[in-house]
Amino acid sequence: MNAPVPLVLPEAEVDARVAPYVGGKALALAKLSRAGLAVPPFSVVTTAAYEAFVDGPLQARILFELERKDVADMRWEEIWDAALRIRSLFLATPLPATLRDALAAGLGPRSDEGPVVVRSSAPGEDSAGASFAGLHESYVNIRGLDAVLEHVRLVWASLWSDAALLYRRELGLDPLRSRMAVVVQEIVAGERSGVAFSRHPERVDQALVEAVHGLNQGLVDGTVEPDRWVLERDSGAVLEHHAATREEMVAPAGAGVRLVPLPRRRRSRPPLTGDDLRRVHGLARGAEGSFAAPQDVEWTLRGEELFTLQSRPITTGGAEDDGRAAYLGLRRSYDSLVVLRRRIEEEALPAMAAEAAELAAVPLGELDDQGLLAELERRKQAHDGWVDVYTRDFIPFAHAVRLFGQAYNDALRPDDPYEFIALLSGTPMLSTRRNAALAGLAATRRGSGRASLAGELEAFLDEFGLEPPGSPGRERERATMAAVVERLASAAAAGSVASGAATGRATGRPATPPEERGGGASATGEGSDARAGAASRRGPATPAPGRDELERRYLEAAGDDERERAAGLLDLARAGWRLRDDDNAYLDRIEAQLTTALAEAERRGLETGGRFAPRAVALPSPLGRPHPAASQPAAAGTGPDTSPAGAVAKARQLVGQPAGPGVGVGAARVVSSLDDLRAFEEGEILVCDAIEPGMTFVVPLSAGIVERRGGMLIHGAIIAREYGLPCVTGVPGATELIHTGDRLTVDGYLGIVVVG
Amino acid sequence: MDERDVTLDLLRELLSRQRLGVLATHGESGPYASLVAFAATDDLGRLTFATTRATRKFQFLTAEPRVAMLIDSRSDADLDFHRATAVTAVGPVAELEGEARDEACARFVARHPHLAGFATAPTTALLALDVETYYLVRRFQTVTELHMR
Repeated sequence: MNAPVPLVLPEAEVDARVAPYVGGKALALAKLSRAGLAVPPFSVVTTAAYEAFVDGPLQARILFELERKDVADMRWEEIWDAALRIRSLFLATPLPATLRDALAAGLGPRSDEGPVVVRSSAPGEDSAGASFAGLHESYVNIRGLDAVLEHVRLVWASLWSDAALLYRRELGLDPLRSRMAVVVQEIVAGERSGVAFSRHPERVDQALVEAVHGLNQGLVDGTVEPDRWVLERDSGAVLEHHAATREEMVAPAGAGVRLVPLPRRRRSRPPLTGDDLRRVHGLARGAEGSFAAPQDVEWTLRGEELFTLQSRPITTGGAEDDGRAAYLGLRRSYDSLVVLRRRIEEEALPAMAAEAAELAAVPLGELDDQGLLAELERRKQAHDGWVDVYTRDFIPFAHAVRLFGQAYNDALRPDDPYEFIALLSGTPMLSTRRNAALAGLAATRRGSGRASLAGELEAFLDEFGLEPPGSPGRERERATMAAVVERLASAAAAGSVASGAATGRATGRPATPPEERGGGASATGEGSDARAGAASRRGPATPAPGRDELERRYLEAAGDDERERAAGLLDLARAGWRLRDDDNAYLDRIEAQLTTALAEAERRGLETGGRFAPRAVALPSPLGRPHPAASQPAAAGTGPDTSPAGAVAKARQLVGQPAGPGVGVGAARVVSSLDDLRAFEEGEILVCDAIEPGMTFVVPLSAGIVERRGGMLIHGAIIAREYGLPCVTGVPGATELIHTGDRLTVDGYLGIVVVG
Repeated sequence: MDERDVTLDLLRELLSRQRLGVLATHGESGPYASLVAFAATDDLGRLTFATTRATRKFQFLTAEPRVAMLIDSRSDADLDFHRATAVTAVGPVAELEGEARDEACARFVARHPHLAGFATAPTTALLALDVETYYLVRRFQTVTELHMR
């Protein structure tokens, strides 16, 4: 096209010539419509509009976000963080008036006439051989121009969603070139909906139809179980029917959709009759004819009228599971999170505690060798079982925090995309309570002057200890805790211990402009006044509103219709936040039972062949490669070695994510074992691969935290925020590049660690 | 136009096009150079840049405030010897505070919008190089001095 691409194209003008500007979905819909299928009418906001919006500062900031650190070095938590920040940038960037006017003129009739669906249509997204369903966002039941334009921006932002970033290589994502088109389509509120595969993904001679009552969203996001039919591909004859337990459906409600109970009379009926099935299968075969390739078609039935909502080539799929699919499977809807929470809090956690107690009561020393092996078998099975539950239920539940964060940012558009964390922290966590108990012990130690706190220490270990009484592990744990209490007591005497929640400190160089230091507090030197720390964490001239105020604003912004759900989401997120800490501790207790029995077997010289070794939780971590510092040097080239003799490389400044605001200066303590923990000195910087629940007791002693694992919502970041400590996470190679004793400056505002 | 106006025009053109300069500092361990994003005031009297306080350059320029900054238009090609312009600005540098900081920060962020977060972080120092002399080099070896004060 020689003329500039219009910002909005009506359906009638969408054809192959404009393919790069309208994306695969729009093109497919236009083609189906022309082939005579019933397609809800639509218009396309072309990539030219995206370009007009993004070009300039926004593009530079997207680049900055994605280029600051190699995406290949990011764990999925960090990718989620990057996507969240980019989404906030899109929300915070207003539509230029000229663009807004042009879109309003182009979309006018479409957005005025009634509710619409705002759908992503990324160029290349649905092309043959590269089908990436569900990477970008679509929004259903949007009313009015303002809301439509708002959601167009959200769809644009989803070009950089965490899911899309995971597949950035396959998608060829490039901040300078990638563009997004948006389909704005009339909504068809079908009573029955589903998907149809013109060819079964695994059987060439079969086809597949799935259907639910209500809208398709329930099926697509997995909240509503579909009825499922396997058909003979050529004849359409039904080979199998798997009936669903039909209890709920997704229906339009307010500004969006809702999961609602399915009316009783519809529960006993499959969504499709035999006749409907033939029509739906025929539709899929027709689409296959139009595109000359097997198709995966989304459809809906309004009355007896059958609409095609989308058609895309069937991916061969599942060829290799590199973890990304598992990660995407972690995303949960509000409704499924509610179910998950019930299962975790009411069933799993009490059962874990009970099982740990039951196992602890078994007198291992009294068992004969045969009995001990049987007990090992039992413990191994118990632990394996809980690892599975952890993977299946606990890990996905962490998504509650993400879902809330997104809702909060959508509602309030805060400058800081992590403002929402203030609404979550302060929720008492097991490790915070444990640390409070330790601080209590230290106070007793100081107040009483008694050198031995054996009784109190034992009581502490009974409540919070990871190792069972009488085990060799318990001995070590007692010695470690005694040393920590001793240090806490002397540090408290010097007035320099972070005491959790609202307090904190900045050690070393002042972190704020002089006018910010305020209060006459000196912000210099080790162990400075906690008030100075609190002031420095706030940053320039923005007195942070309190947790209650933020909660009020959030609930108010939700509006009357949505308030109850918004409150529910906050409650879910708080549970998720708390659980990120607690669930580890619960699982550790079960694991401790297994390792104790293993130690007993070892003591007796029993051969177990490693088969009872505890299985680690496999976190879905599709990305992340060993840091070069940790891997072998590359194979030598064939040429002569010209490397300078005696040259030594040393890290000076490392980049991660700012995860706890503030500045900490101190000597590094690289912690990889219990011995390192015992050696931890007050005022040191804790450097580790990932903070484990068993490590958190040294946190109040530390001047800052550096963690290789990345993300704002991981354990280390959570605990650092609780204590107001400067924290940088996601530092590739942190434990190899930093050595115990190195002088570190942890810049928790910018996510930088300076060594030396 | 006299030599002064020609030089000023060239400078204005160069400083408004380029985003990065090489800052030369001097400290205990000797000379040191680093790449920084800068913004010039309209009268070209001041170059503003930013750094976190934990950096070597900040330590050095705190101890020895006289610095130089090289800004040039090279594209790493043969033609550079004829077409590229380079200017070295020399003068004292100082950290900005209060209103002066806010004002300089606004100018810096306007020039580098994606560095807004960096420039406004409490750990970042905004620094002003008050230029005494510019040394402008054109066509390989044509050198002009511009004394600002």
